[in-house]
Amino acid sequence: MTEKPKNYSRRDFLKTTGIATGALIGGGLIGGLVGLNVDKTGQQVSDTGTTNHGMPTNEGFQFFQNQREFDVLSNATERIFPKDDLGPGAIELGVPYFIDRQLAGQYGSNTKEYMQGPFAVGAKTQGYQSRLTRASIFRQGIAKLEEEANKRFEKGFSSLEAQQMDEILTAFQNDEIPMTGVTSAFFFRLLRTATLEGAYSDPMYGGNRNMDGWKMKEFPGHQMAYINVIEKEKFQKIEPKSLGGM
Amino acid sequence: MATTLPKIDVVIVGLGWTGGIIAAECAKAGLKVIGLERGRKRGTEDYQKIHDEYRYAVRYELMQDVAKETITIRNNRKMPALPMRQMSSFLLGEGLGGSGTHWNGHTWRFYPYDFQIKTMTDEKYGPNKLSSDYLLQDWGVTYDELEPYFYKYDQTAGISGEDKNPFWGKRAQDFPTPPMKKTAILKKFEGATKSLGYSPFMLPSANLSEPYTNPDGAVLNACQYCGFCERFGCEYGAKTSPEVTVIPTAIKTGNFEARFHANVVEVIKSGNKVTGVKYLDTQSGEEFIQEAEVVVLASYVMNNAKLLMVSNIGEQYDPETGKGTLGKNYCYQILPGATGYFEEQMNTFMGAGALGMSIDDYNADNFDHSDLDFIHGGSISITQTGYRPIETNPIQRGTPTWGAEFKKNSIYNYTRTLSIGAQGASMPHKENYLSLDSKYKDVYGLPLLQMTYNFTDQDRALHKYITKVTQNIMKEMGAKTVEGKEVITDYDIVGYQTTHNTGGTIMGASPENSVVNPYLQHWDAENLFVVGAGNFPHNGGYNPTGTVAALAYKSAEGIIKYSKTGGSLV
Repeated sequence: MTEKPKNYSRRDFLKTTGIATGALIGGGLIGGLVGLNVDKTGQQVSDTGTTNHGMPTNEGFQFFQNQREFDVLSNATERIFPKDDLGPGAIELGVPYFIDRQLAGQYGSNTKEYMQGPFAVGAKTQGYQSRLTRASIFRQGIAKLEEEANKRFEKGFSSLEAQQMDEILTAFQNDEIPMTGVTSAFFFRLLRTATLEGAYSDPMYGGNRNMDGWKMKEFPGHQMAYINVIEKEKFQKIEPKSLGGM
Repeated sequence: MATTLPKIDVVIVGLGWTGGIIAAECAKAGLKVIGLERGRKRGTEDYQKIHDEYRYAVRYELMQDVAKETITIRNNRKMPALPMRQMSSFLLGEGLGGSGTHWNGHTWRFYPYDFQIKTMTDEKYGPNKLSSDYLLQDWGVTYDELEPYFYKYDQTAGISGEDKNPFWGKRAQDFPTPPMKKTAILKKFEGATKSLGYSPFMLPSANLSEPYTNPDGAVLNACQYCGFCERFGCEYGAKTSPEVTVIPTAIKTGNFEARFHANVVEVIKSGNKVTGVKYLDTQSGEEFIQEAEVVVLASYVMNNAKLLMVSNIGEQYDPETGKGTLGKNYCYQILPGATGYFEEQMNTFMGAGALGMSIDDYNADNFDHSDLDFIHGGSISITQTGYRPIETNPIQRGTPTWGAEFKKNSIYNYTRTLSIGAQGASMPHKENYLSLDSKYKDVYGLPLLQMTYNFTDQDRALHKYITKVTQNIMKEMGAKTVEGKEVITDYDIVGYQTTHNTGGTIMGASPENSVVNPYLQHWDAENLFVVGAGNFPHNGGYNPTGTVAALAYKSAEGIIKYSKTGGSLV
């Protein structure tokens, strides 16, 4: 069914773009070519990229402060994207650490979003209208997951059976859990989306460890070019590459 | 107190495609030009680490910072408008190149029918085909008049394509470069549409099929089909963008200066002329007045309209009375389509923004509408842009959206799903318009632009009809399961749809029903030109950039002429 393409070299790339055949002179690309390992004379230099598939884990917290809240998040993401016979789930992929780092940065503080008042609920067609940042929504949402677990099962969320976790997450998804300044359905959507972002973003963000998210999906990540295989009839299995040089 | 700067020949607000084209043409003609861009300088060297879906496609790295300025939205006049707090439905550009940096490169010429839509619809179907609530009007320019300007853009951009569409307007010259590569996925579409009796052809593309040097000496490289195109900049300089074509051309003349972090807040008007613009240096906080013989507004649809509104230039459109032209005929695009689930794996992750095949059998007035309750239609295409894993998780209706079953299905379908989509035309309606918001302000203290917009019965009928056509094609392509897009109800600002917003500063043959004349010269201020998709009196069945660029070339010619003779160009 599948065939493995021969390794696509940087020399092939230079050939097909026309860069090596004179287009370089006078073009605006010279600065950009530094990133493609071409020196000032237009000669190809050795590829310094590493093929080491090991991944440092760096498991500190940038946003969370206690293990209990982090575990609630971890277990919730694992139910959304569970480990199965295809491969790892959210926890093994590092998704909770991905989310921790995102909440500590501009994602968590909504720095690129219009956050000026007055705030109103609005119609569904008018989109996100909360005064809360994503960081606040996650904090509150995690507290509510705990609260709901205690209410329904007299246990913390992380001590529940998988089906019990699913029951609670479904209640959030169906907007059945009262929250302040945001709906539980919105928190659930945010959690679901962030889980997929952590599973499938470049490993440099802390998730998608060992590129296993990509490997399950057969997405080859950061490839320079497909020009030599784009016309193939058959499906191409290609070893993934990350921007960090994995 | 603003500092007044020495008068220049031409000042341009915004350095995307339209600002870049006008800067290049005016500077080549010897005019001294200053371009004010509120974003930052950027170019190919900034795109070398661009294969990052999370940063660029999900978190919108290259797009407008809506913390500073956004719009407000409501579906109708009775609703309170609320701010679009995060981008989703459409993605506004910012920085050198504007949205011309992160476009896909689909490059079309609107149909002869589009430019004379009122006349031709009335002639063929009588004057009451659509109710009088639809504000159909001719553009004041014909396809034949625009043809040389279309070609000029084709040459600047090096467009790759083939003149094999039997329906579109006559091309005096063939495409500058041959079409892109035909992939297995495209061939499925080609075979199916041919067997259904349609006429497929390669989509005209600004991702170049081969290296190309344009008439101004700008060099473009060949597309590598890397699968990171729309929402990204091109690391190879192979996707035609302003920062690799018209901007370097303008700079080369020695007559052009680009100023960054310069946010224009007002166009200054005196009598029947404008004297310049007031802008804020967003880094120092200083205010400047740049005086100019000619002012060109070349920012996006939204901001061009807003600048005229906050500067009190022209009469605001009022849906109650029908009076006024500014803000009128805001249109969007209607997106019928179908998804097919296949059994065999396909190379869905490879591609390029404008790698595709299309049919136009259901675009414009290429099919008979006598028994239909809508006019116009849309181009129907399959594109292989490169599925990326965060945002492409195809599941059939009824599949859970999370958990074990979701994971299994979304992974299985990722390389086994194709979509066909149409760029459905959008007709102007008296209740769809742009105005100023009375409550919400931007970071500079100016009111936000307010959008009042909903889908119409015409839109819903077109969507339903074309969706069925796309479902049939997908079945013919061999999909095991085919799902048509769900019927559209109300416009929802959540979920990406298209960045093909049009109208608000429309062109026309008369000041009675338009903001600018066919040279995009303002009817109320002869040295003010307003350029962009805001000029469209309705939106056609294609992506807009090719038509926007042709209008910009015509306007540039007008500006150069005006600089010599003065007065109205019509």
